[in-house]
Amino acid sequence: MLTLDAKLPQGPIEDAWTNHKDQLRLVGPKNRSKYKVLVIGSGLSGASAAASIGAMGYQVECFCFQDSPRRAHSIAAQGGINASKNYRNDGDSTWRLFVDTQKGGDFRAREENVYRLAELSTAIIDQAVSQGVPFAREYGGKLANRSFGGVLVERTFYCRGETGQQLLLGAYQALEEQIAAKTVNMQTRTEVLDYVIIDGKVRGVISRDLVTGEIKRHVADAVVLATGGYGNVYYLSTNAKNCNVSALMRAYRRGAGFANPCFTQIHPTSIPASGDYQSKLTLMSESLRNDGRIWVPRNKDEKRKPSDIPEADRYYYLEERYPRYGNLVPRDVAARNAKDVCDQGLGVGPTGYGVYLDFAAAIEQKGVDAVKSKYANLFEMYERITDDDPTKTPMRIFPAVHYTMGGLWVDYNLMTTIPGMFAVGEANFADHGANRLGASSLMQCLADGYFIIPVTIGNYLSGLEKDNLTTDDEHFAKVEAEVRDHANKMLSIKGKRSTNSIHRELGKIMWEHCGIQRTEASLKEGLKKIPELREEFWNNASILGVNESMNQSMEHAGRVADFLDFGELMCRDALLRDESCGCHLREEHQTPEGEAKRNDEDFAYTAVFEYKGEGEEPELNKEPLNFEALPLMTRNYKS
Amino acid sequence: MKIKLHVWRQLNPESKGAMETYSLDGVNPDMSFLEMMDMLNEQLIEEGKEGVAFDHDCREGVCGACSMVINGEAHGPKRETTTCQLYMRHFSDGAEIYVEPFRSGAFPIIRDLMVDRSAFDRIIQSGGFISNHSGPKPEPNSIPIDPGVAETALDAASCIGCGACVAACPNGSAMLFTAAKVSHLGMLPQGQTERYDRVQDMTTQMEEEGFGSCRNYAECEAQCPKGISIAFIGRMNSDFLKASLVEPVDRRGKMKAQ
Ligand SMILES: Cc1cc2nc3c(=O)[nH]c(=O)nc-3n(C[C@H](O)[C@H](O)[C@H](O)COP(=O)(O)OP(=O)(O)OC[C@H]3O[C@@H](n4cnc5c(N)ncnc54)[C@H](O)[C@@H]3O)c2cc1C
Ligand code: SF4
Ligand code: FES
Repeated sequence: MLTLDAKLPQGPIEDAWTNHKDQLRLVGPKNRSKYKVLVIGSGLSGASAAASIGAMGYQVECFCFQDSPRRAHSIAAQGGINASKNYRNDGDSTWRLFVDTQKGGDFRAREENVYRLAELSTAIIDQAVSQGVPFAREYGGKLANRSFGGVLVERTFYCRGETGQQLLLGAYQALEEQIAAKTVNMQTRTEVLDYVIIDGKVRGVISRDLVTGEIKRHVADAVVLATGGYGNVYYLSTNAKNCNVSALMRAYRRGAGFANPCFTQIHPTSIPASGDYQSKLTLMSESLRNDGRIWVPRNKDEKRKPSDIPEADRYYYLEERYPRYGNLVPRDVAARNAKDVCDQGLGVGPTGYGVYLDFAAAIEQKGVDAVKSKYANLFEMYERITDDDPTKTPMRIFPAVHYTMGGLWVDYNLMTTIPGMFAVGEANFADHGANRLGASSLMQCLADGYFIIPVTIGNYLSGLEKDNLTTDDEHFAKVEAEVRDHANKMLSIKGKRSTNSIHRELGKIMWEHCGIQRTEASLKEGLKKIPELREEFWNNASILGVNESMNQSMEHAGRVADFLDFGELMCRDALLRDESCGCHLREEHQTPEGEAKRNDEDFAYTAVFEYKGEGEEPELNKEPLNFEALPLMTRNYKS
Repeated sequence: MKIKLHVWRQLNPESKGAMETYSLDGVNPDMSFLEMMDMLNEQLIEEGKEGVAFDHDCREGVCGACSMVINGEAHGPKRETTTCQLYMRHFSDGAEIYVEPFRSGAFPIIRDLMVDRSAFDRIIQSGGFISNHSGPKPEPNSIPIDPGVAETALDAASCIGCGACVAACPNGSAMLFTAAKVSHLGMLPQGQTERYDRVQDMTTQMEEEGFGSCRNYAECEAQCPKGISIAFIGRMNSDFLKASLVEPVDRRGKMKAQ
């Protein structure tokens, strides 16, 4: 059994974070340099955390597997970041952002966390602007906003379609400033492979230099995982190619609880897959749904060009089915409806798995230049990939795996079940529940990194007694030996199949059995197939080279091995959660209109899995969720 | 389609590299260039040979990781396009394609097509930021910024740090990259305090890293996947001149010594 003490603050939710912060213990400025914190990951959450903790005076060592922290996956975020500034005077407030996020997550998140996120949202914009992030401005020089799915206010701040890039550059520059100041020691092209736990606390990591293959030991007082999401378990996703689950799986195997692994957000507007060779899917930002109208032909055997199809023969299914939100329904709703019309045979494009996203009406109303300037780089990107001009013919889009709401379980201080090990950003499970509204991940990554972890980590460190632990300690030697054994085991397989083809096959299993919709039968089938594929991996994978040099083949293999174990955990969680909520749609549980039907009586909890050893079934622990500030209500985007 | 690839193979920084030739059959025109490289690697692995090492991650033209010189041009023949966003339909059936790493003294080769671009990070470390710890900040709408200025700053900030400008330049100059960063921060009100120190510090670091000097070939702009304009180089030069005329040199160094 895991002890799941979320350390939630008491009292009114409006004051909870302030009161909690006031009670956290501090480390004095003179003492901070005595503590060493390792930050694994340098995306938005990791770079902001490492820069902030470094600037406070702690010793920080930060790791990433790219050649520069500026290349972390966060750079790819397009659409924007939310903040309840109420600049539009449309009634926005912390409370409203909190309600939207709770509702969007289908009440499977902790309300204290969600409220804090909404509360910190405005400070993030202030912070980013002060770093020189060039957000879009209006003619008077004030910040501009737009709207994203699932909300009725305009609270999204953006830099064209490159918001993630600009926010990451802000955090990266702050990080580089600290690197120059020598508070942060940056380790690029380095992969963290395991953790050293001593007396129940995390005390270090083992890393591999991806250029030389050298295995290194790093001692620490605390470790922050900022390693991103695991959408690539599906092989095809909108994530960067190298995103993986290894850092989280290895923490899980060392005792960190894994929360809600089955919650996967499928984004409705991606460029559809076209062939087997395809290595990833490209997202078209959700912001396009502000001006784009989604439709399919009403008739199955429609052969005409989209521009030749008259209005009467077009099925604007979202506008018809959800008159109030129309094309701006939340992602899971838009994604399921797209699949639904395609399953009915109405889909467009060569595979039949695509729907139109049409800008003709907006272009007629606002002019082609106005529409083009709003989405410039997205239109270019689309044209480059498909060879079609979206101002002349509608885009073709289809849902794609995009974001994972599950992650390591953390308490209100963002600490996992392993003392001293924290998780921030997409790597933790904390704020999005069963679904994530658009533009809320960047917000969470930066709230965690800039404002939460810098204070909560001090609370942990102030309670530590300093010792003289070094990497010569036998615990380090033991974990290092295990890391080497794992590598040697992979290198000794000497099979025939590329690990890429095994990964692709795993992706197909996951998409078919644990994808947009799941059933008891499909999940059980998935749970049969994955162990078979794992056998295939350990008997027939072709992994070349040696450990002691650059070895991309082995790097990739290690990640695929973890995806195989993790895919099984995902299916297990999806099977046990015998309800529908947010993105988790169990076909057995739907309203007559095909909406997700929650079962609050039995499933208003966070599922936290505990590792029990290789080949053993993990144990399910439950953290009950309480809804006091905002009582449970049905998620409804129809009226 | 069929293609013939000539790829630079080099085991490590010290070893001598050479072009190797491979034939690929069944390349789909809708494949991206990197997906074609994946196909090559899968073929090599199945033959028991090690794949070609190259950097990549986002595969949507924004992380700046994918660096290759294709047929003599950084990121290949298509304008304003990164290697990962280049598609095989831009080549003809039966094409012969030459693939080499980005070459510059300041970008040492690590292996095959992979180069070390950490010099860019060190240029940023020297001053490519607005000194600023996290904590409460002024309300951003209290500092209005002309949208045209914000847009131009964003044009400069769109640099993905790929290094194609360096690889394209006959002198291996990093002026376009450095100018983009200097301009981005120098145009915004928040970046004013450190503006003149920044331009001096960053150009000094650029020279220390061994990048060549700018001789206005404009090849950088021509091969930059983000279309960063060389007008930013003019802007940087003008700031540099002002800095050397009016601003005290080495203020940062003096602050540290206090
Ligand atoms: C195409 C796309 C568009 C998006 N658009 C938006 C948007 O508009 N708005 C929004 O709010 N969200 C958006 N998102 C989601 C958002 O971008 C991500 O959730 C967020 O950036 C995750 O940040 P992170 O810091 O948690 O992780 P990442 O940015 O993924 O960083 C992970 C870091 O961990 C490192 N790492 C991982 N494993 C290891 C290891 N074992 N050893 C060492 N280092 C390791 C990596 O090197 C990297 O530095 C988008 C996502 C995608 C895919
Ligand atoms: S200026 Fe252009 S070519 Fe140079 S690093 Fe930036 S994006 Fe790449
Ligand atoms: S892989 Fe990211 S820009 Fe090409």
